[in-house]
Amino acid sequence: MTRQGPLPAPLGTAPRVTDWIRFEPDGRILVLSGRVELGQGNLTAILQMAADELDVAPERVSITGADTTRTPDEGFTSGSMSIMLGGQSVRFAASAARHLVLAEAARLLQTTPDRLSIEDGQVLSGGVETDLDLWKLAAQVDLAVEVSAFAAPKAPSERRVVGRSLPRIDLRERVTGSPFVHDIVMEGMLHGRPVHPPHIGARLASLDIEALRGREGVNAVFRDGQFVGIVADTEPQAIAAARRAASEARYESDVAAPDDAVEAIGGATGEVEVVAATGDPAAIRGREFRTRVTRPYLSHGSIGPSAAVALWSGDRLQVWTHSQGVYPLRQALSDVVGLPLDRIDVIHRPGAGCYGHNGADDVALDAVLMARAVPGRPVKVVWSRADEFRCAPLAPAMSTRARLVLDDHDTIAAMEVEANSAPHGNRPGRNGAPNLRAAAYLEKPFPVPRSADIPPAKGGGADRNAVPLYRVPNLRAAKRLVHELPYRTSSMRALGGHLNVYAIETLMDAVAAEIGEDPVAFRLRHLDDPRARAVIEGVMADAGDIVARGHDDSSGWGLGFARYKNTAAYCAIVARVELDETIRVTDVRACVDTGEVITPDGAINQTQGGILQAISWTLKEAVTFDGPSVATESWLDYPILRFSEVPAMRVSLIDRPEEPPLGVAEAAAGPTAAALGNALHKIIGRHVTDLPLTRDAVMTAMMES
Amino acid sequence: MSAALILRVNGREVAVDAAPDTPLLHVLRGELGLMGTRFGCGAGTCGACAVLVDGVETMACDIPVEAVSGKSVETIESLVRDDDPIVAEIVAHQAVQCGYCLPGIVIAAKALFARADGPLGRSQIAEALDGHLCRCGTHVRILDALESVSRRRAEGAA
Repeated sequence: MTRQGPLPAPLGTAPRVTDWIRFEPDGRILVLSGRVELGQGNLTAILQMAADELDVAPERVSITGADTTRTPDEGFTSGSMSIMLGGQSVRFAASAARHLVLAEAARLLQTTPDRLSIEDGQVLSGGVETDLDLWKLAAQVDLAVEVSAFAAPKAPSERRVVGRSLPRIDLRERVTGSPFVHDIVMEGMLHGRPVHPPHIGARLASLDIEALRGREGVNAVFRDGQFVGIVADTEPQAIAAARRAASEARYESDVAAPDDAVEAIGGATGEVEVVAATGDPAAIRGREFRTRVTRPYLSHGSIGPSAAVALWSGDRLQVWTHSQGVYPLRQALSDVVGLPLDRIDVIHRPGAGCYGHNGADDVALDAVLMARAVPGRPVKVVWSRADEFRCAPLAPAMSTRARLVLDDHDTIAAMEVEANSAPHGNRPGRNGAPNLRAAAYLEKPFPVPRSADIPPAKGGGADRNAVPLYRVPNLRAAKRLVHELPYRTSSMRALGGHLNVYAIETLMDAVAAEIGEDPVAFRLRHLDDPRARAVIEGVMADAGDIVARGHDDSSGWGLGFARYKNTAAYCAIVARVELDETIRVTDVRACVDTGEVITPDGAINQTQGGILQAISWTLKEAVTFDGPSVATESWLDYPILRFSEVPAMRVSLIDRPEEPPLGVAEAAAGPTAAALGNALHKIIGRHVTDLPLTRDAVMTAMMES
Repeated sequence: MSAALILRVNGREVAVDAAPDTPLLHVLRGELGLMGTRFGCGAGTCGACAVLVDGVETMACDIPVEAVSGKSVETIESLVRDDDPIVAEIVAHQAVQCGYCLPGIVIAAKALFARADGPLGRSQIAEALDGHLCRCGTHVRILDALESVSRRRAEGAA
């Protein structure tokens, strides 16, 4: 039996068909996935993959996201791996189920499996309907067997369901219903609110806990170290009590912070980790070009704040959460509260948009601590908008330097890319610590660990996309993690890829301009990968009208390109920008190669979303600080892209059904930022190197040149 | 002991016990169990909690419940019952990623189209939605969907 492609890694921890696929009554199929739906449409796509292998109508299939009581452990839904790992695992498991039941059908019909086919679950022999169906057969077959022994997924030409845009299964409910963690209502439920110290390391010096306990509706006030949780009958009572507590609490702190965090990161010296090295770039002499670019700390900025529900009854703890990783969260909670794993259930429920390691895991611990104070009563905790800005992990600020050397033929002879960055990888359980915020506040605190960042084998963190895809005979890419700042950081969409691609792509344009070569031709000359060339050529063809308009001192267009992690989707972006009273992005065209496309509309949706989010980060966003505390606390402090600022947009996909499917959700971030920087370069004659590219930043750059 | 407030929510009269200064949002989600109106910021700056009060788009987090006593309050739940064309176009365009911002936007669109005389251009629709934040970046699709609504209304009226 031939298998298509290597065995996906999640099958290592969940090797049996029944770990993934269940045949249910009434002609239904249940898919158990260890992934969670973040709004990116992954569960719909994975459902399609199962439906295709089993030849059943998608309407017959249900899918459940990660739940420690019943689904495989797939770690975190992150890194754009849902299809590559989660979907492929389901595809293989469904394929194994298919072949097992067809083998049984062949036995019963005294024929061979190659004579059999399936139509909406019904088995046909030689094209003629039999009285056998998948459910009758599944009841007679042992499916608790190894996927790897039986899986032989369909060839691309045999696929019927994937590659078509199935409508999102969860969509309508998200618009008009109440599917979110925030909407859970349970018998006897109480409402909790945390009172977080202004920063990790601040000590609660005074707060009248008894007065809080005496407030109307307050059931319990829990204090452990610097953490205070208030549990009340109603949400307004909890909110009012927490607000009162926050205004009255007095904290002491010795935590130091630099005046300018981004400068501190940029100026950091100390050990670097070299992640890629070929040849001897430092020794290469020639025409040299350099850049140094920076970006500030960013906020995830999800429209719904983080929320969780916890119920501690007897010796059993149940948690409903929008965490990206229910199993790692379960382990982290176990470590903090000392309950064994088999006494803790962690179940995913939808949250608002998730773009990385946000406050979802932190609020789960808040809820657990408060639920422990009111055993037998569920406690729902919803963070305030200020909590969300101040307490969720931030996207790290970075400073990336790049050096490029041309030989006598104006061809790249050497490149060095070095990224200074606050750490990108502090998810629950990583670096030997729970990494749940309140754990650092407890009387016996779990200290915040020194982060090791994400290893290059997993795509890197600060070094993500620091290795260009261009042909560079002498290359050095390195990262320097800066640990000394007090601000808590972790993964956000694209990780280092946002700024590193900005660095490389703006440098490419600067070089092309200096040598008088067309920036597209300059790139193509250095790209051997035909798929990379195809997306660049594709976007340039699609953006012909934009390019034809050229540029002047008030408008221009720019190109940005990268392959996310150098292993996931390829993305080329052209953006047109107008500069006058404001900076306005008028048009964006994108060309994306995501390998085998499972749900075309889903891939386009994710790309559009990634582009708009990256425009917002790149033009507008910066978290501000008050010493060691985050000062940003409302949308007025942290403007994001508005409807009236949205460009006209067109996304085209190159579908390659013969190739493995690739993750697309993070691919647009770096190329979009670069396209904006390069457009501005055409307009004002120089690159703006420090994000965000506000109008003030552009004016300053113009005055300096 | 204060007398219960009488509200008219989605066409029905209801009495609520909440203190008069309780934000309408929490009365809707708490006492009345209408979860479709969502909490985003509590300060009227994101649009997630938008409802219609006497047909006018209002941020429910930013208005005390006593201020809507005697007025008509419409929430997203009323649009589900009517199978509103705005929701239909949002679904048809798959103009959703996480969906959290959508009910507020649907409400805003309902108010916008109710007061519009003729067809609306894309930039008019966009300006009307500037008080609504979307972080997932679904803006393009939402505008596409609402442009479709505007076109269909114009065709219907013709």
